[in-house]
Amino acid sequence: MQMPEPNAAVLARRAQIAADLRSLLPAPDMVIAAEDELRAYETDGLSAYRQMPMIVVLPETTQQVSAIMRYCHMNGIRSVARGAGTSLAGGALPLADSVVIGISKMTRVVDVDFANRTATVQPGVTNMAITTAVQHEGFFFAPDPSSQIACTIAGNVAMNSGGAHCLKYGVTSNNLLGLEVVLPDGEVVRLGGPNLDGGGYDLMGLFTGSEGTLGIVTEITVRILHSPEGARPILMGFDSNEAAGACVDAIISSGIIPVALEFMDKPAIHAAEAYVHAGYPLDVEALLIVEVEGSDEEVDRLLGWIKEIAQRHNPSYLRISTSEAESQIIWKGRKSAFGAVGRISPDYYCMDGTIPTGQLPGVLKRIGEICDGYGFEVANIFHAGDGNLHPLIMYDANKAGDLEKAENCGADILKLCVDVGGCLTGEHGVGVEKRDLMTYQFTETELEQQRRVKDVFDPAWLLNPHKIFPLSARVGRLGADAAPAAAAE
Amino acid sequence: MAPDAAGRQPLAPETPDALADIVRAAAADGTPLDLMGSGTRRGLGRPVAGNARTVSLRGLMGVRQYSPTELYITVGAGTPLAEVAATLAEKGQGLLFEPPDLRTLLGSAGEPTIGGAVATGFAGPARIAGGGIRDSLIGVEMVTGRAEAIRSGGRVMKNVTGYDLTKLTVGSFGTLGALTEVTFKVLPTPRRMATLAVRGLGDGDARALMSLALASPYEVTGAAHLPAAIAARSEVAALTDGAATLLRLGGFAESIDYRVGELTDHLETAAQIDVLDDDASAAAWAEVRDVRALAGPPDRAVWRISVKPTAGPEVVARLADLLPDVLYDWGGGLVWLSLEAGEDAAASVVRGAAEAAGGTAMLVRAPDGVRAAIPFQAPPTGALATVIARLKSAFDPAGVLNPGRLYPET
Repeated sequence: MQMPEPNAAVLARRAQIAADLRSLLPAPDMVIAAEDELRAYETDGLSAYRQMPMIVVLPETTQQVSAIMRYCHMNGIRSVARGAGTSLAGGALPLADSVVIGISKMTRVVDVDFANRTATVQPGVTNMAITTAVQHEGFFFAPDPSSQIACTIAGNVAMNSGGAHCLKYGVTSNNLLGLEVVLPDGEVVRLGGPNLDGGGYDLMGLFTGSEGTLGIVTEITVRILHSPEGARPILMGFDSNEAAGACVDAIISSGIIPVALEFMDKPAIHAAEAYVHAGYPLDVEALLIVEVEGSDEEVDRLLGWIKEIAQRHNPSYLRISTSEAESQIIWKGRKSAFGAVGRISPDYYCMDGTIPTGQLPGVLKRIGEICDGYGFEVANIFHAGDGNLHPLIMYDANKAGDLEKAENCGADILKLCVDVGGCLTGEHGVGVEKRDLMTYQFTETELEQQRRVKDVFDPAWLLNPHKIFPLSARVGRLGADAAPAAAAE
Repeated sequence: MAPDAAGRQPLAPETPDALADIVRAAAADGTPLDLMGSGTRRGLGRPVAGNARTVSLRGLMGVRQYSPTELYITVGAGTPLAEVAATLAEKGQGLLFEPPDLRTLLGSAGEPTIGGAVATGFAGPARIAGGGIRDSLIGVEMVTGRAEAIRSGGRVMKNVTGYDLTKLTVGSFGTLGALTEVTFKVLPTPRRMATLAVRGLGDGDARALMSLALASPYEVTGAAHLPAAIAARSEVAALTDGAATLLRLGGFAESIDYRVGELTDHLETAAQIDVLDDDASAAAWAEVRDVRALAGPPDRAVWRISVKPTAGPEVVARLADLLPDVLYDWGGGLVWLSLEAGEDAAASVVRGAAEAAGGTAMLVRAPDGVRAAIPFQAPPTGALATVIARLKSAFDPAGVLNPGRLYPET
């Protein structure tokens, strides 16, 4: 992994910078500079990449984040924001000369307003903790990434995280009302508000999914929704991916929009079943989990219709969940599928492209062929309703060259996604992982316009400068791998 | 299309390349461009400053790609909204954000375009359930003020590749780029609709009732309150007699009967509840969506106030001295208000009340003199103003795209 050249002048001032940062914060242990303690911050969910940061700070308030950012800005020091470190794209990967600003101590639920259906939280609150804070009144926070127990709302905002229920409830961006953001120069601004569509440029929309390159979010107001009366899935097995894909099309054409529509191929089914014993059929090529919501009667009726539709596509297996316990185990199989694949392969590389759903069968076939060409097994798990694929390439990091081969294999798959009208990443973000593929999806003109947006917020490219864009493309920009002096005031 | 004040016909490019040529020439000699679709919403925002050349994007029209099973539609930005709606309706689908038709309110004529809807950014009653335009728009193509054609997003609904410039176009009034093509996520429209009309409530009680309804599992897709004076103007006969608080349910026929019953029980109100069927529902919600009750008299100023729902009636109470006509949508969070225009449409009082509640107020309609004197929305201040000005400059360094239409200096 190529990284921007560390700024030697900054590294030389490391001890002084740590002391300065301590003077900005109320407790000395909020600044970490000891090597053994820094180790915990060298990587994230994409553990193939590691880079020790220069210093880690753990502020507790917006004012402290602002003071840190202002200091870094004034002194030409790069910084990298970090939530829980669950990114699968290297979103929290530090730089050798960077100050990592971790928001893990900012975990307060500031306000819950049921009458207005909002919750206001600090950035280190986990995705699941928002639901936990509001469920006693029957509410929930809709985005549900698989890492929801651990991942922070700040990370969800940075990556515009999705989940399994996006078809009905949308992704993070669709469930936000307002953000408090510290800009790279330390200024604190509010984007959006407690209200909907207040007018003016949608800076909240721009900020969401900007991968921590435009500022650090310090307070978030989210929409909360009342839970449905109930929800249950139907499980359907097919002898071919084509039949399963046709069934997905038929369900959507019928006017039924399930709350979730998940697809697993044979290797994924087998891995999940061996792991959690969800009762999945082992003699099918493809499995669909289709969930609908409503009262018991409504759910029965909708699942009945879906069953009727499915039967026209010759399912070899069909089971409607009849109880909460049964639903839970069906979902547990799906949600543990990544871990399950981890049990049968030394390592796996999780991809995240999106394709128009009609391309599913053809793309699955091509993915199999691509992986075969590299000599890898692959398990496919994806959100069929919205076309977001998660092929898991099984490799062995201890085998020389295997990681690089897996990365090349993954790149071929993502290019395929772009070729059929999709995109490089549906919910994990570009991070460092896919930055060099950006030129495949965007023209140079388009990338340059995006970089101009980065310039607006962070003219010196000090905040997370090594993410999203190919390193080579930043040549000529202030602070981009340039002489150390260029970044200083 | 009418000629401008100098007698010039609008420029009417039919391809993005032709549009880019126009923008390039304008940027080179500093001629402001006044971008429009059919011009039905030209009354929104401030008149474009300077001796602007009008450009109609109406020629960039047509349905480019529609895939009902993949739930997206791609159309030229100049495509009439009605054509988009009709295309989707053939497959039982629709746009989720229920775009308003503002011709009656603004006293304009022509065929509203999809690009105009995106650029102005107004969503209808379904905003509280289906989301706004920002939530449905998944891809755009535009020509920036640099005369560069760029794309953002695409045709898939889950896409986090690069910065979300797509959302930035919504409500930007063409000040960053001229839209040439837009792609939306679409969904099936509910097979059947029903509306509970709860009668005779005051504004505060109505707001509380709407909050209660929206905090239920029955998926209320619209929550509006028509005070008695507004309800009296309705063309839906069942609504005219007294204040009406409208709660909309949509879905499969069998579900609707069940949910009407459950929601009625859930509300636990002593007030009379009338149930409007499919057709009456559609008519009532179209009136709310298009703000028709505030259309006349045309010399009154109209404000659009966005606040948190509980603050809606409070803001209105503070403005009681202005004797406004008021229509509440979005559960109380969207307040449409008309009042005597006077010299300044009572801007400082109205904005003060909205901002005190953490909200914003847009001057949607006013006589020309007032429109020219009063900002369309409160100008940004501090660090935000800097970001906005620099963002404008990043997309349109010569400042030729609709200058001043949205922000005074932008």
